[in-house]
Amino acid sequence: MTGPATPPPAAFRTGPFGGRFVAETLVPAVEALAEAFDDAWADPAFQAAYRDLLETYVGRPTPLSTAPRLSDAVGATVLLKREDLAHTGSHKINNCVGQALLARRMGKRRIIAETGAGQHGVATATVCARLGLSCTVYMGAVDVERQRLNVFRMRMLGATVVPVESGTGTLKDAINEALRDWVTNVDDTHYVLGSVMGPDPYPRIVRTLHEVIGREARAQVLATAGRLPDAVVACVGGGSNAMGIFSGFLDDPAVRLYGVEAAGTGLDGGRHAATMARGRVGIFHGMRSLVLQDDDGQIQEAHSISAGLDYPGVGPEHAYLASTGRAEYLHATDDEALAALHEVASLEGIVLALETAHAAARLRDVARVVGPGGIVLLNVSGRGDKDMPQVMAREGEGGGS
Amino acid sequence: MTRVEQAFAAAEEEGRATFVAYLTAFDPDADRSLALLRAAAEAGADVLEVGVPFSDPTADGPAIQAAMARARAAGATLPRVLDLVARLRAHTSVPCVLFSYANPLLRLGEALAPRLADAGIDAVLALDVSVFDVPAVFGARAAADLAWVGLCGPRTPDARARAIARRARGFVYQIARTGVTGAGGGRDGDLAHRVAVLRAAGPRPVAVGFGVRRREDAAAVAAIADGVVVGSHLVQRAAAAFAAGEDGAEAVAEAVADLRAGLSRPPARSRRA
Ligand SMILES: Cc1ncc(COP(=O)(O)O)c(C=O)c1O
Repeated sequence: MTGPATPPPAAFRTGPFGGRFVAETLVPAVEALAEAFDDAWADPAFQAAYRDLLETYVGRPTPLSTAPRLSDAVGATVLLKREDLAHTGSHKINNCVGQALLARRMGKRRIIAETGAGQHGVATATVCARLGLSCTVYMGAVDVERQRLNVFRMRMLGATVVPVESGTGTLKDAINEALRDWVTNVDDTHYVLGSVMGPDPYPRIVRTLHEVIGREARAQVLATAGRLPDAVVACVGGGSNAMGIFSGFLDDPAVRLYGVEAAGTGLDGGRHAATMARGRVGIFHGMRSLVLQDDDGQIQEAHSISAGLDYPGVGPEHAYLASTGRAEYLHATDDEALAALHEVASLEGIVLALETAHAAARLRDVARVVGPGGIVLLNVSGRGDKDMPQVMAREGEGGGS
Repeated sequence: MTRVEQAFAAAEEEGRATFVAYLTAFDPDADRSLALLRAAAEAGADVLEVGVPFSDPTADGPAIQAAMARARAAGATLPRVLDLVARLRAHTSVPCVLFSYANPLLRLGEALAPRLADAGIDAVLALDVSVFDVPAVFGARAAADLAWVGLCGPRTPDARARAIARRARGFVYQIARTGVTGAGGGRDGDLAHRVAVLRAAGPRPVAVGFGVRRREDAAAVAAIADGVVVGSHLVQRAAAAFAAGEDGAEAVAEAVADLRAGLSRPPARSRRA
């Protein structure tokens, strides 16, 4: 066991953001979900089942790695929280384990999920196989094409993958379709949302289920370095891996928190997914948060080389942390992420997920802020195997940058 | 009494349920959409629900999704939809309910209530905002100045349903079954009970929608509720006509007339009789 019982979740504050903006048909379902989660989380038997799966199935705790050559290159001590070593290759599974156990406890045998990069879909399909639940994953048709390996994996795990052609054929459209399925089959179906977004209670549930990242990382950095880090860096799509690791340090005001969004081909005149930088407050996918939208309130198409960051919204807690100044949000372009992917691979022998590579791309800037003696903790949210065909297609089979 | 409630009262006088017709504004473009709305009103729709096209219509099925995609391709925006309603007002005084997702309404900010009133909108419904959240989301002024229709789901507990009915203005919209909008499917659970709960809670008339397609569906709803909402079926009839190279007005008028014939009821079955 990883030590004492899990502490109660940290206070969850989202200020004017968040909320529960769903069609009336779904209101009883989200209310029941909130109640069921609070009840489960207070139950030692649920906690034990969740922790047992995290330890014996997911492989937690994930290690903290030093990164000596990368540290020299960027000019500060970089430590890596290795969520890429969790089963299925990303942090996403922490949330899936908890929500699948919750679904089973609620008597729902059918699971649906959306996926962008396919990592959340793979993690959901994996846990459903383990718990004997039926699994349907909605995935934008564009993403099905660029993440074919993960589509194959999900099918091998017994999931039904439904390509979504409507709208822009990406993550937001997959979420639309999952919401439509849920409102139709609400009696027997649980929707395993994959990030800290959507209507309340999802942002709170998903954040709570990822707090294990921050809790472990805090203890590991203290054990390794003898002190807290000066900065924590994570990529932000919906924001779940970032909230997971941030949650361990929210109450340590000296620790700077940096989220990194996808700037695509550039913020000005380019196509991007930089919701924190360019979004405006709106209501989308059940929450009030920052949203990329036009002057008429129509949601805009996001763009990123990384399917997992290709989303025009962001979790409400990030909008709140930005508004209070507790966290800062940076961005990295497609090209910067690719350069970081190569750099970390060649210096540390770790092939990052394209999502994570966006966070790695800003390490030099963060190192400059904390100085040469500083410690920067990077959340390695996932591994890059899934992205290799796409990078290969872009760069040729030589693998050089 | 709002113009919407007057329409319900007038139908009641005639011994029939109220016909509420939904069409997506700008489907397939401004002029033809105006013609469809006029045709529906002239064929006997008592209330028009004007759908505001949205990029991400999560509560809508394939028919209305497709209509919204056509409308957006034709340049639909909320201000232009309001212009369209203002043009409609030159032809008919039929009450118009604006049916929208929250985000386009939010973009009008403080101007929301005056802009809707100027266009001749009689009531408004934000699909993804409950009537209880309207003041917090749209502001006290918009909450007070506009008539916000109340939406009630098939699984809404009675206590919440009663609170929705008390808060609603115009009418209460009871969704007949779980799911997205669409012309197919049955009705869930004890719809008559749900309607009775809403009626007992307040003075607003209760309309039932989702899945009404055939005259028998309309008649079954008319027997228990004050009004019948028909949306996807009309949108589909129009889409089929567009595909056949027609303007759709005739098809919509025909569908409205046909369904409306199912709404009469013997005086003894009248709601407040
Ligand atoms: C490896 C990895 N990191 C990050 C993300 C982005 O999600 P979030 O911002 O919720 O962590 C994804 C999403 O697919 C992912 O696969």
